Amino acid sequence: MIKVSIKNLNLFYNKVQALKNISLDIEKNEILGVIGPANSGKSSLLRAINRLSENDYARLSGTIILDDTDIFTIPINDLRRRVGLIFATPVVLPGSIHKNMSYGPKLHRRFKGSELDEIIFNALSAANLWKEVKDRLKDSASTLSGGQQQRLCIARTLAMDPEVIMMDEPCSGLDPISTAKIEATMFELKEKYTFILVTNNTKQAARVANKTAFFLAGELIEIDKTEKIFTSPADSRTDGYIRGKFG
Amino acid sequence: MTFRIGPRTNQIIAYSILLLMTLITVVVLFFIIGYVFKNGIGQLSLEFLTDKTRDMGKEGGILPSILGTFFVTIFAIIIATPLGVGSAVYLVEYTKGGLIHRIISFGADCLAGVPSIIFGLFGFIFFVIRLNLGWSIISGGLTLAVMIIPTIIRTTEEAIKAVPHSFREISYSLGGGKLDTILKVVLPTSLPGILTGVILGIGRAVGETAAVIFTAGSSLGIPTSAFSSTRTLAVHFYILAREGISMPKAYATATVLIIIILLVNFIAYRLMHRFMAKYY
Repeated sequence: MIKVSIKNLNLFYNKVQALKNISLDIEKNEILGVIGPANSGKSSLLRAINRLSENDYARLSGTIILDDTDIFTIPINDLRRRVGLIFATPVVLPGSIHKNMSYGPKLHRRFKGSELDEIIFNALSAANLWKEVKDRLKDSASTLSGGQQQRLCIARTLAMDPEVIMMDEPCSGLDPISTAKIEATMFELKEKYTFILVTNNTKQAARVANKTAFFLAGELIEIDKTEKIFTSPADSRTDGYIRGKFG
Repeated sequence: MTFRIGPRTNQIIAYSILLLMTLITVVVLFFIIGYVFKNGIGQLSLEFLTDKTRDMGKEGGILPSILGTFFVTIFAIIIATPLGVGSAVYLVEYTKGGLIHRIISFGADCLAGVPSIIFGLFGFIFFVIRLNLGWSIISGGLTLAVMIIPTIIRTTEEAIKAVPHSFREISYSLGGGKLDTILKVVLPTSLPGILTGVILGIGRAVGETAAVIFTAGSSLGIPTSAFSSTRTLAVHFYILAREGISMPKAYATATVLIIIILLVNFIAYRLMHRFMAKYY
C-alpha cells in the first residue's frame, strides 16, 4: 500500500531549482533511504512533504499525495502532526524534558487526567529513552547528552501520533553507539510508521532501508530495493557515488 | 633605529590602561553613591519613611513621595511593557526588515534620544491639558510610559532576534502556528532579555524628574486616586535642593531613591537568575 505518492514535483528557491520533476512512491511501513551528495535536494524533498519549504519562500509545483489526499488540501498543522520531521542537529526547546514532550500534543488538543503522561511514557519508551529519563522528566532537556537529545526529538515526534516520520541525517552528529540505538528504534517502529530517512552515510541506508533513492543535483537518478541499489544499480552514477568515487 | 616595545611590556601596558579605565569608572560611581549616603544616611529613620511631609519638606517624612513614585512607575510599566513587547514582536516576526521595520526602528531610536524635558512638555500639553487629565498619577505614568517604550522595544527586539531560528522550525514542524510559536517558544525564551528592558525602564522612570514635574505635579498630599497630583522622590529631592528648603532632607531623599533603584535591580536580577537556572 502506498503511503506517500509524489508526482512531478518541482521546487524552486528564487531561480534555483532544487528539485527537478521528482516522482516516487513510498510504501506504508517501510523505510525509504534517500542518499546523495550535498545539494542534491534531499532535505528540500523532506521540507516539501511537510510544507516547511513554504517558510523558506520556496515555489512548488506538482502533487504530493498522503493517503489519497493532496497535502495542500490538508490543514497545515494537521499535516505536520501526521508527517513528523526530525532534524540533523537535535534541537531541544528550552525547558524540561516533560515540557518538550508535551509541547506538540498540547498544540493539537486538550488532555484529561493522566492521558498526556501516558502519551509521554509511550513515546519515550518507543524511542528507547524512558529508562534513562524517567526520574528526571522535570530536568532541563539540555542536560541530556547529544544522543539522548536526538532520541528525545524522536520521542517528541512520536508523541504527536504521526503516520510518516521523516529524518534528515538524524545521526550525523552522533557516536556509533547512539547511532545504533536510533537505528534499532527505527527498526522496531517500522511496524507502525512509515519512514523517510535522508542520510549522508550510505552504509546506514544499506543497513536499515527497504528501498533506497539516489538523488543528484535535484534529480532522482534511481529508486529501487536497497539490495539492488547497493549491488547492481542501474545507473553508473549511483554506482560511482556508493563506491565513493564522488560526492 | 626604530623604538620597539617587547611583547611582554606591551601586554603590561595594555593591561594597566584598561585596569585604570575600569578603576576610574568604578571610583566615580562609588564616590557619588558614597557621598550621597554619607550626607543622607544619618537622616534616615523609620519615621522619615512613614511620616507625612510637613512644612514643605523641612519637617516630617517622605511617605507621599514614596507612594507617588511607586504608583507613577507601576502605571508607566503596566502601560509600556505590553506596548513595547507587542511592537517588538510585530517588528521582528511580522515585518522582516522591510521599510515599515526601518521606519519604526528609526522612530524608536530617535524617541530614545529625545531629552526627557521634551517628554515632560509633551505630556503637559497633551495629557494634562488636551486630555484634561490634570497633574496626576495618570498623566505622569503615561508620559513616562511614552518615554521608556523605545528602551523596551529595543531590548525586546534584540532578545527576540537572539532566539535561534531552529526553535521556530521545531515548533512549526510539530504543527505549531505562528502565534503558538511566538507565545510558547519565542517569548519565554527571550524573557530574560525582555526583563532587562523592563528593569532599565523602571530605573529610568524612578529617577526621572523633568518629565514628571510637568505632568504629575508636585503636590505633597498622600495620593488617593489615579487622578491625584503627586510629587515623586526625584522631584521632591529637586525641589528641596533647588529652593534651599533643607539640604539634609534632600540628601536623605536621594539616599532613599538610590536604595530603591539598587533594590529593584537586585531583586530583578535575582528573579532572572532563578528563571534562567530553571530553563537553561
